[in-house]
Amino acid sequence: MISEPKHASEPSYLEYKGKHKGILAWILSTDHKRIGLLYLYTIMSFFVVGATLGLLMKLELIAPGKTIMEAQMYNVTFTLHGIIMIFVIVIPGLPAVFGNFFLPIMIGAKDVAFPRLNLLSWWVYIAGIILVLIALFTGDGPPDTGWTFYAPYSFKTAGNMLPAVFGAFVLGFSSILTGLNFIVTIHRMRAPGMRWLKMPIFPWTLYGTAWIQLLATPIIGITLLMVAGERLFNIGFFDPALGGDPILYQHLFWIYSHPAVYIMILPAMGAISEIIPTFARKEIFGYKFVVGSTLAIAFVGYFVWGHHMFTSGMSGTALFAFSILTFLVAIPSAIKVFNWISTLYKGSIRMETPLYWALSFIFVFMIGGLSGLMQGAVAINVHVHDTHFIVAHFHFIVFGGTGFAFFGAMHYWFPKIWGRMYDAAWANTGWIIFFIGFLSLYGPMFYLGLQGMPRRYYDYDESFHGGNILSSLGAIIMIAGAMVIIVNLIRSARKGAPAVADPWGGRGLEWKIPSPPPLENFDEIPVIK
Amino acid sequence: MENSSHHIVPYRVYLIILAILILMTGISVAVTQIDLGVITIAVALLLATVKSAFVLIYFMHLKFDNRMFSIMAVGVFLMIGVVIFVTFLDYLFR
Amino acid sequence: MEVHRDDEGSKIGMWLFLFTEMVLFSGLFIVYSVYRYLNREAFHQAAAHLDVALGTINTIILLASSATIAMSISAIQYQKKKQALALLTATVVLGLVFLVNKYFEWGEKIGHGIYPGSETLASYGHGDVLFFGLYYFMTGLHALHIVIGLVFIGFVIWYIAKDRITHDNFSVHENSGLYWHLVDLIWIFLFPLFYLIT
Ligand SMILES: [Cu+2]
Repeated sequence: MISEPKHASEPSYLEYKGKHKGILAWILSTDHKRIGLLYLYTIMSFFVVGATLGLLMKLELIAPGKTIMEAQMYNVTFTLHGIIMIFVIVIPGLPAVFGNFFLPIMIGAKDVAFPRLNLLSWWVYIAGIILVLIALFTGDGPPDTGWTFYAPYSFKTAGNMLPAVFGAFVLGFSSILTGLNFIVTIHRMRAPGMRWLKMPIFPWTLYGTAWIQLLATPIIGITLLMVAGERLFNIGFFDPALGGDPILYQHLFWIYSHPAVYIMILPAMGAISEIIPTFARKEIFGYKFVVGSTLAIAFVGYFVWGHHMFTSGMSGTALFAFSILTFLVAIPSAIKVFNWISTLYKGSIRMETPLYWALSFIFVFMIGGLSGLMQGAVAINVHVHDTHFIVAHFHFIVFGGTGFAFFGAMHYWFPKIWGRMYDAAWANTGWIIFFIGFLSLYGPMFYLGLQGMPRRYYDYDESFHGGNILSSLGAIIMIAGAMVIIVNLIRSARKGAPAVADPWGGRGLEWKIPSPPPLENFDEIPVIK
Repeated sequence: MENSSHHIVPYRVYLIILAILILMTGISVAVTQIDLGVITIAVALLLATVKSAFVLIYFMHLKFDNRMFSIMAVGVFLMIGVVIFVTFLDYLFR
Repeated sequence: MEVHRDDEGSKIGMWLFLFTEMVLFSGLFIVYSVYRYLNREAFHQAAAHLDVALGTINTIILLASSATIAMSISAIQYQKKKQALALLTATVVLGLVFLVNKYFEWGEKIGHGIYPGSETLASYGHGDVLFFGLYYFMTGLHALHIVIGLVFIGFVIWYIAKDRITHDNFSVHENSGLYWHLVDLIWIFLFPLFYLIT
């Protein structure tokens, strides 16, 4: 594709000495690679918090009745678990970490379009996190509404909602800035010769994601401002006592939050679309279909939000329309799955850790996606609404989808980021433990939900005990797997064997430059033929 | 890069557009003083849409800029329109 | 790193930002249209309480300020620094007059006990509560954008005075114009929705 001389003599971005020293050299750096790692470290730290909260919930549910916490404590725990996992971890997730690090490299640019704005996004993100933390430790107790902040409870509860709501608003702003930066970068900074349809899949999915970040996030911004207005001035927007309609709140919330699911999953699909061709040693099958389905998902995903509200009391026409639209959006997702499978077909497959993650991604994503389709049908949806079936579906998509892709991408690009190889034996061990833990944690929830076990309660009927024991044990296994993975990665980043520029035989531009990349990525902007 | 390929719009154009916009404001005020129910609303909103089109095309330079800007803007408006439409699938039929 | 300048890129960035602003307000327009649909008669009556003359004057003021900032961008390209500064100052003055009018309008309404959470307003009924809730929220958010725009234009005036914005480097100036027109654009819709459709 390109011919380019390598100058290993240049210092890498990790060793580069700018005008600041120590930690300042990181938190004031406008280098997209360092900013990507800033996000990574923040996200990983909060992942530990969010996962701990999740584990506490599973421990509470290991037996009926009060096990380790009271009802109110449980409400607070699932709220914080949701807010942290969604707004702090999964939404920035792949775009902020791997997007920042690899988008400029993969399109042959030296940085993003607005490097200082990029750094600002991270600072805004930190400000949002601080606001959420303030909600935790001040006022009359932490938020207890669930991450959805449903009205009218969200402005009636004694919980300290305002900082949490503003925190989510600020986190959304950070997400918007990242999206804006990526769109301009892709429009303006592609290397000469990289036409739109020569761009790798991962940047394409970031492009679709960025548009969703840009055009959906403001809706939740304004909605959260309205909730703040309700709390501060008692305006009545969503208060039935004053003529407001709480269902309108749900509309607005899901106009953002359904597309937000695609903010989470699209870049994950992008990462998988990079990993699978590399380890199948083939070009991706049906490139144009993968690109087209990415844009189709981003587009149709805007108009399906109502499937979260089938039991809220919408009109029959709306139920019908949202049901059909929801089925439609499954088509492009399925196209992608077929493309991945076809890429593997007759490939010269090389089993490495990233591919294990990618294959398990397809497996859990299929289960998550198909269980989502079931909920597109109104009759089933009404039956399983607000049960553990939803919890299972949701975690299969967001954790099994985005999470698995995140770990896959982590291992795939690990040699490039740190210039060292991870320990493959430990990485594979961690993966299999994690995978088994994951399935036994969330699998039983499908069954429990169909049996009628509601979500968001700290207690349950004796008849659900068996499934919950399995689920809670699964949580412990999964956490053990996550620990193996993370410890292995941290150890390998410091002590692993040095990595060559292209350890996997990858095709993208990121494999043409040294590992770790020099400060400006390319000595000369590559020309794509 | 092509940083200086700018089209300079004469003052006159802006003043004409301003006159048109003020005229249309006057018309919409006059029309809405007569109560024709739904038609009043439709006329007022139609005039507002035309006015905003003038602002977008001339003041915001969509006419002189790369076509891409117009395409993006129209796309965003369409999206907003469809979202409002889909929301009303609920309220209109409740 | 070498300084990299891309005016077209920053213009795309500005437009993208404006799109987020449009979507932000469109959330409120959704709320407005739903509640108007559900409380047709009350919205009809409540809108009659607003002063059409004042609203019309404010509309013309904003339209004129949009024209002056657009002309100032032509002026800077013609290398007429003085004219550009005068036109921008006119924009700022018009923006301030708009805010002063708004202040009196709000003050008058609040003086009559019409504000969110007040007993008087609640006694009018649900439709009025929602109408005036939206009125304060939407015009308030719009006024906040005017303030931000004025600060932005203030910086542009400063930059022009210091010759940091010139005829071949005026991307910031152009973007401030785009932002100001957006504020105008939103008002073009707010005006009929709150003042005219009575
Ligand atoms: Cu959804």
